[in-house]
Amino acid sequence: MSAIAVERPGERRAQTVLRATGRVALFFVVLAALWALWEGYRALWIHEGWTRPFVVDSSTMPHVHDIFRALWRHSSSGTGGRLITQLLKAAAFTAKEAAVGFALGASVGFVLGVLLSQSRILQRGLLPYVVASQTVPILAVAPIVVVYLGTLHVAAWFSVAVIAAYLTFFPVAINTLRGMHSADRRALELMRSYAASRWEVIWKLRVPSALPYIFAALKVSATASVVGAIIGELPSSIQDGLGGKIIVFNQYYSLDPTQLWATNLIAALLGIAFFLVILLAEKIVVRRAPENLV
Amino acid sequence: MSVVHVDQVTKRFGRLTALQEIDLSIEEGEFISLIGPSGCGKSTLLRVMGDLTDTTEGKVIVNGKPARQARIDRDYGIVFQDATLYDWRTVSKNISLPLELARWDRKRRAARVQEMLELVELDGFQDNYPWQLSGGMQQRVSIARALSFDPALLLMDEPFGALDEMTRERLNMELLRIWEHSGSTVVFVTHSIAEAVFLSTRVVVMSPRPGRISSVVQIDLPQPRTAATREEPRFFELVTEVREALHLGADEPGRERTEATA
Ligand SMILES: Nc1ncnc2c1ncn2[C@@H]1O[C@H](COP(=O)(O)OP(=O)(O)O)[C@@H](O)[C@H]1O
Ligand SMILES: [Mg+2]
Repeated sequence: MSAIAVERPGERRAQTVLRATGRVALFFVVLAALWALWEGYRALWIHEGWTRPFVVDSSTMPHVHDIFRALWRHSSSGTGGRLITQLLKAAAFTAKEAAVGFALGASVGFVLGVLLSQSRILQRGLLPYVVASQTVPILAVAPIVVVYLGTLHVAAWFSVAVIAAYLTFFPVAINTLRGMHSADRRALELMRSYAASRWEVIWKLRVPSALPYIFAALKVSATASVVGAIIGELPSSIQDGLGGKIIVFNQYYSLDPTQLWATNLIAALLGIAFFLVILLAEKIVVRRAPENLV
Repeated sequence: MSVVHVDQVTKRFGRLTALQEIDLSIEEGEFISLIGPSGCGKSTLLRVMGDLTDTTEGKVIVNGKPARQARIDRDYGIVFQDATLYDWRTVSKNISLPLELARWDRKRRAARVQEMLELVELDGFQDNYPWQLSGGMQQRVSIARALSFDPALLLMDEPFGALDEMTRERLNMELLRIWEHSGSTVVFVTHSIAEAVFLSTRVVVMSPRPGRISSVVQIDLPQPRTAATREEPRFFELVTEVREALHLGADEPGRERTEATA
């Protein structure tokens, strides 16, 4: 009766373990390759004395091991403690702003996408403004948000979260809208045959159909929210986050470039962490035939 | 009272007349097959019965009320050629979808799902996702879903069209068993003459451009149908009769007739 075999669980687990090991191995291979590329480029350019596209020396391209060593040194900028402790504290602060901003932006984007999908008039009327909102540079918007929310006595970090949200909502809104329209025509007819209400069609068919699209956007937005939070810290003169650290270490750059590089490294890791959280959530939430994933 | 009453229905898509002045009455407990060349309006006729598309002229009465009201009252279940299961729902969740929409409580739903799983012989697969099943199994889930809320009418649009011959014949037997068991009325679209004859109490033969009913063949094979039915002389006579009716309705009677007698 069962012409097809549902994979045996044991077999599947063995495969999963094998695949995971492969991935971890690949990760380290790529990491080592990048390291080698950096050091190789550096050595070659210094050895040959090449000046294009830029002069290579210890201030433009410090040794990778020097950057890591800087993490364990006590920082040259006042506050004391090892650089890594300072940076982790700053990263935690920025992470809070980014996470709140991401949640805010993703929610607004999702609701907006669903709303727009339900009304052609709304879509025609609002979509141009949604698009236009993204053509305004974030650096121009950030001070306005900070000043405006400041007069409302909103905590400064929350203003930064709002700026992060501004970068987050757009891809989510656009992809939600697209995903809502991706529902299969037959599946929609089926809903009609069951006399399902508009809400039921949205919740039981359109939103589940849109999930792969929404997660594609969330992955973009997760990293964008970290960038948004860091940029948002600049005009709001918040010192506690990674943005503040970047400003400070920027001033010390000619003295000690490794500190800024180390900060960048931590910022990148924060972005990657955000991305991975969404990836994990996607694995848990989205149930789709392998060939139907986007 | 007939379960479906199609009265002078015409359906046009722009300049194309997909159905022209169709009259058809289907009585309770009948198993009707719609057969005809591709594009003759079989699916359109089925969709008109289910109020998935409206008529250009004429009216459709289902269970004594306009098709629209019948749809809203969930008087029919529908099965398409592709199973149209929801990827993100397990087998049992797919079957219970119409029950959720009809506001059945959880306990009643679970009991019915179990019943349906047994009916289509998928007990043990309830927690699988659709893509983990073969095409035949997916179609059985789709049938279980269509029957789960006990509709008076079952509309099926080439449900076994994409399956291999062996699976198709097995599902034919299952469908007949389910039909006897549930006592519902079935309207079944198919390309296959043998399938139409084997399953039906009546075969409605359609012809294209414009879509019309060219003839109706009463299938007087004894019930219940069994594997042996396919080997009876009467079965072959009826297959021939339907084939000739199909070719009479077709565009090029000369060439088609030679084929039919060959
Ligand atoms: N939504 C539609 N828009 C335009 N033409 C359609 C539509 N649906 C069906 N048709 C046309 O109507 C005719 C009958 O189609 P259909 O009922 O699907 O035929 P069948 O199921 O018998 O193959 C075909 O010529 C088809 O192209
Ligand atoms: Mg068709």
